[in-house]
Amino acid sequence: MIKAILIFSNQGKPWLSKFYQPYSEDTQQQIIGETFHLVSKRDENVCNFLEGGLLIGRSDNKLIYRHYATLYFVFYVDSSESELGIFDLIQVFVETLDKCFENVCELDLIFHVDKVHNILVEMVMGGMVLETNMNEIVTQIDTQNKLEKSEADSQLSTCLHPQGGQSLKCEQCRKEYI
Amino acid sequence: MPAVSKGDGMRGLAVFISDIRNCKSKEAEIKRINKELANIRSKFKGDKALDGYSKKKYVCKLLFIFLLGHDIDFGHMEAVNLLSSNRYTEKQIGYLFISVLVNSNSELIRLINNAIKNDLASRNPTFMGLALHCIANVGSREMAEAFAGEVPKILVAGDTMDSVKQSAALCLLRLYRTSPDLVPMGDWTSRVVHLLNDQHLGVVTAATSLITTLAQKNPEEFKTSVSLAVSRLSRIVTSASTDLQDYTYYFVPAPWLSVKLLRLLQCYPPPEDPAVRGRLTECLETILNKAQEPPKSKKVQHSNAKNAVLFEAISLIIHHDSEPNLLVRACNQLGQFLQHRETNLRYLALESMCTLASSEFSHEAVKTHIDTVINALKTERDVSVRQRAVDLLYAMCDRSNAQQIVAEMLSYLETADYSIREEIVLKVAILAEKYAVDYAWYVDTILNLIRIAGDYVSEEVWYRVIQIVINRDDVQGYAAKTVFEALQAPACHENLVKVGGYILGEFGNLIAGDPRSSPLVQFNLLHSKFHLCSVPTRALLLSTYIKFVNLFPEVKTTIQDVLRSDSQLKNADVELQQRAVEYLRLSTVASTDILATVLEEMPPFPERESSILAKLKKKKGPSTVTDLEDTKRERSVDVNGGPEPAPASTSAASTPSPSADLLGLGAAPAAPAGPPPSSGGGLLVDVFSDSASAVAPLAPGSEDNFARFVCKNNGVLFENQLLQIGLKSEFRQNLGRMFIFYGNKTSTQFLNFTPTLICPDDLQSRLNLQTKPVDPTVDGGAQVQQVVNIECVSDFTEAPVLNIQFRYGGTFQNVSVQLPITLNKFFQPTEMSSQDFFQRWKQLSNPQQEVQNIFKAKHPMDTEITKAKIIGFGSALLEEVDPNPANFVGAGIIHTKTTQIGCLLRLEPNLQAQMYRLTLRTSKETVSQRLCELLSQQF
Repeated sequence: MIKAILIFSNQGKPWLSKFYQPYSEDTQQQIIGETFHLVSKRDENVCNFLEGGLLIGRSDNKLIYRHYATLYFVFYVDSSESELGIFDLIQVFVETLDKCFENVCELDLIFHVDKVHNILVEMVMGGMVLETNMNEIVTQIDTQNKLEKSEADSQLSTCLHPQGGQSLKCEQCRKEYI
Repeated sequence: MPAVSKGDGMRGLAVFISDIRNCKSKEAEIKRINKELANIRSKFKGDKALDGYSKKKYVCKLLFIFLLGHDIDFGHMEAVNLLSSNRYTEKQIGYLFISVLVNSNSELIRLINNAIKNDLASRNPTFMGLALHCIANVGSREMAEAFAGEVPKILVAGDTMDSVKQSAALCLLRLYRTSPDLVPMGDWTSRVVHLLNDQHLGVVTAATSLITTLAQKNPEEFKTSVSLAVSRLSRIVTSASTDLQDYTYYFVPAPWLSVKLLRLLQCYPPPEDPAVRGRLTECLETILNKAQEPPKSKKVQHSNAKNAVLFEAISLIIHHDSEPNLLVRACNQLGQFLQHRETNLRYLALESMCTLASSEFSHEAVKTHIDTVINALKTERDVSVRQRAVDLLYAMCDRSNAQQIVAEMLSYLETADYSIREEIVLKVAILAEKYAVDYAWYVDTILNLIRIAGDYVSEEVWYRVIQIVINRDDVQGYAAKTVFEALQAPACHENLVKVGGYILGEFGNLIAGDPRSSPLVQFNLLHSKFHLCSVPTRALLLSTYIKFVNLFPEVKTTIQDVLRSDSQLKNADVELQQRAVEYLRLSTVASTDILATVLEEMPPFPERESSILAKLKKKKGPSTVTDLEDTKRERSVDVNGGPEPAPASTSAASTPSPSADLLGLGAAPAAPAGPPPSSGGGLLVDVFSDSASAVAPLAPGSEDNFARFVCKNNGVLFENQLLQIGLKSEFRQNLGRMFIFYGNKTSTQFLNFTPTLICPDDLQSRLNLQTKPVDPTVDGGAQVQQVVNIECVSDFTEAPVLNIQFRYGGTFQNVSVQLPITLNKFFQPTEMSSQDFFQRWKQLSNPQQEVQNIFKAKHPMDTEITKAKIIGFGSALLEEVDPNPANFVGAGIIHTKTTQIGCLLRLEPNLQAQMYRLTLRTSKETVSQRLCELLSQQF
């Protein structure tokens, strides 16, 4: 089972954290800090698997991570998962992000945290791998976007802009809501 | 078209995030966040209804703020409201917020459950998917209660869409993990097994995960999955990679599903049906063959996926441990990986070989790789790989290579990372003992351990070397000579002083003939270290000195002078002072005969489990070590002259510490008997046990002890090596008084002794407990008493916890036990006639008033004992009331300050089935429930 999924930058800023086991908010932050400490001091080209930190429980949890340019992707898993399987899953996750965002970069993850969550939701559920087929995942995300778009369009008529009747996409309207 | 177009993000959100990123300091960031939180709060509280877009934007902002580590204490209600929206966008963001921010014990769960219920019933696959995700992510008990019946139906319904089926399978898995008792097994189980044949590979993957977990707990029920899994696997493995279209990953057909299927098969022994077995063997051979074929792609993803399947296949081969041919091939394959240029593969190969080393067929084959593994230990750049190499060396060690492996580990220890030193020390100590043919080698090894990594040599290790030296007279002279030489070093580790002091005190006479190690030289050598040592070591050395008085009468006066000096007799430390005084007195008053008797050489220790092994098990988790040990034990021939050290059930704590025997005079052991709480390392609990205020978890076995007090009032509630807690109590109507006796079983004082009574919140209003604090010092061998006055205000279920904290010999001790104050203590028996009884019985016929429990007898079904227990429980035992003379009937009144509650009970034994049926009727549901629970445990 996957216990947690973390994404953080080279500076240790967390851009995504998802825990599939209940930890208190403080512990979550501590785990993120500890994980960064464990992972960031490792050289490139060393092993991608190591024992978990103290907080998440050492003996039965493995930490599997990949480092892409400015980002670390870290999965905490128990002994029931295959290390290489999870290692590939991170690759699938990143490739999917890349497809959905077109050349994904750190800023995409920061500014679209909801989208990243939605993509993750299509892949992992309650700590278990749900879908590994990239095309299937992208199709699901596409469908969601279409739904969103159609709902946004239908909302045009109900826009309550003080000047009345303007599109939500209008800069004027946007500013009102910022 | 990209699935997320960059243009149409939320501008407000983007501006906010940019602001945060531009903040120059943490203070500025906090200021900006607080401003935003205030803004959002006012928007949520404002009169104007927010549209979906704004709600979504604000919730996203909150998520972002949460991620930065700030607490979010509002917005939950808004998120819950979003769930019931008909718009997908709003619903989705509501669910997202909840899955990230709502923890499982939130009070909102009931509201959330309602929304989920509606979505599950909506038949809209997108909505159902969101709802199932939410259940799986929160996974609380309340959710399990609400949906554990519903999800299996969705999973096996014929008309459920594939994507929903996938989600339902994993959702059910999560519920089963958190609350297995709430997931009913039923018809659906057989239909779930058939999902292994499903067209959609995503569904099969999810179902395989589910079945694997279910099969671990209910292997019989899911046995049919074996043949289905084999045939599915065979179809994947033999397919041309294009057959599986999208589930082919870099030319490897469905790697994740293959891995999952191979995991599922590891829940079972090799298939019995020869056809299935043959097909599986064929699959495994094909997978091994493919590893030798040239890669279909140069991409690293291709080889990763291929190897993921290969490693899982090897795990299955090792698990079955039945096909020598496959095992040898697996071993060769792993051997290739040991020298692969990919670090990850070397790591995994070392790890898999560890399990392979314990297989009867391949142990020898694994051993051929010893040089590669030793080389890995020396040259790997990565500590996690080196650690695996240490593990493998430990696993492949046997008599033939023990000397080589121990030597390599020792030399690695000099440069090893601090994080793994203690573990290596334990492993070396175990191997050296287990495979010692020559005990001189053993003694050398342990002394080397202390020299190289003295700080990491725990008490268990040096206790053990002393036990062994005492039990084997052929090594005693050598040991004395070696420690004497080792002590010559100008700076030696305190642990060496301990071992040296002990061994010379026992066997110094064996080397005293040599003028270079004459008694006086020995004494001066030890005493030159004395002032640099800690108190426990000095205490040990004082014992050595008094032993010297017996061994070497010629140094008696020198030693008496030392004992008499002010620094000993007036030492600030009581323990040292007491020893100095007593030893000095003993040496003056006792005749040589008495001295010789009192200070006789230690008798051999009884053979018992090596406490080092127990410690390693504790450190690494029992499973990892036990498996290896158990299998190895069968192979290895006993050299110890005693039983092999490994009964897995004995824990470290129950192994009496040899230091208790150390001092011959009944003085206190200088070191604590159990392993000190801070030395475990590596375990989460240990991190917390450092803080003195934490309450210890309930002591093991305290449940049993608690149950024993339900029908009696006096006895021993708790006992370990240090402390005994006894109870005497009396109850009348709603009042009671309990005397708690704390006995110090050691001869050292307990300091800061503080027992505390802890009532959970709910209990506080129901049970009044009053007590006075006890004296914070408990002298050795003394007993202190504490009186607790008890008043029952209204009926209660939980029991108060008694937490005891104290300092003993420098370590902090923390014990918690449940105090057996139970509702039935406030029983007053009532005698009544048969007619009265049945009339009242009928009056209490409301379904809530009756609680019934049918259970298996845990003790022999003896009528007299049963009667005694019912009377001890507090009710009257009514004879000749029940028409069936075999049954027992009782009646009584529970007295609380607020009310009195009449209780009737009936116990019907069924001797044939060895079962009981217990029925309780009272005017209050909670009382019936609690009394039934309490009494059921008794039979």
